[in-house]
Amino acid sequence: MAARIQVPAQAKRGEIVEIRVLIQHPMETGYRHDDVGHLIKRNVINVLSCRYNGVEVFRADLSSGIAANPYVQFYTVAEASGELEFTWIDDEGKQGTERQSIQVGP
Amino acid sequence: MNRAVLVAAALVAGTALAQERAIPLSELKSGSAFLGADLLSLQKDEFANPGMLWVERGEKLWSVLAGTKKLSCASCHEDAKSSMRGVAARYPQIDAESGKLVNLEGRINLCRGRRMGAEPLRYESEEMLGITAYVARQSRGLPIGVSIAGPARSHFDAGEAAYRLRRGQMNLSCVHCHEANWGKRLLSETISQGQPNAYPAYRMEWQTMGSLERRLRACLSGIRAEMLPYGSPEYLDLELYLAWRAQGLPIETPGVRR
Repeated sequence: MAARIQVPAQAKRGEIVEIRVLIQHPMETGYRHDDVGHLIKRNVINVLSCRYNGVEVFRADLSSGIAANPYVQFYTVAEASGELEFTWIDDEGKQGTERQSIQVGP
Repeated sequence: MNRAVLVAAALVAGTALAQERAIPLSELKSGSAFLGADLLSLQKDEFANPGMLWVERGEKLWSVLAGTKKLSCASCHEDAKSSMRGVAARYPQIDAESGKLVNLEGRINLCRGRRMGAEPLRYESEEMLGITAYVARQSRGLPIGVSIAGPARSHFDAGEAAYRLRRGQMNLSCVHCHEANWGKRLLSETISQGQPNAYPAYRMEWQTMGSLERRLRACLSGIRAEMLPYGSPEYLDLELYLAWRAQGLPIETPGVRR
């Protein structure tokens, strides 16, 4: 699962930083039928979370209403230099992980 | 005598110039001019534009070795950012070796076959969409300018004929929407001029990336006409005519469309 993640490389301590995530995924709703009339099984990214130096700072439970290739934007407070770890899992159990580092200055 | 020939030549050239455009340059509008503010800002957003997922895939594929000769695109073309700049704006064009008209997809597959000894990529495969999006991306902002001279001329004429041919149960040609009625409403949508400068593009209706031929097929399906197989000569001729018709419009790949 290809993904694009944008975290500012540097921030001041206490600064609110914008984080943007774009994941390639069909987000199959479970409501569609194939050419011969069989229901296509739902397959969506059902959870996306972000841990900042091991602490969960963001979590989203996604479902059928979200378009393919979901784009999620959220904010967190830059507290310390370190790593943001993004994890997402779809209905088939496939998991994606990406890491980005951030430098936090005084 | 010579002067008479020159005058005649100038007159012919003048007539040709007068015919150089289907739509006057001042009225030429990219599909993005018919988009709502939301999709337009999505297309302009370098990060959130979903087409960038395919551009990134193409960027990775650019240096992946393939085929019996174990070559990648980068083995010959090196850095796409310089070597592919402006290339997509000149397609479709005549392949000098075979004398046939090829589009970007066709050129990539010729390269794979002749130089790399690799299997052709299928239309609409993730790999083909990725590599065409990546190559076309390098021409972003450059005006389309194809050659319709020499051996391309017959393809151009055939393309224009295809453009003007009424087809399907609705008995419509491209002209009826994209020339006679652009800017007007068709149900909830504004009819565009049918310009090809954003392809491969991410379409909301598809929820994915697609080639210009996929878009043409969608039009044909819409007017209940027969859809031809991908890569068929009639599409290539039509693509050449569309590119000529769009000359001067900047490449927007990866575009975002409804």
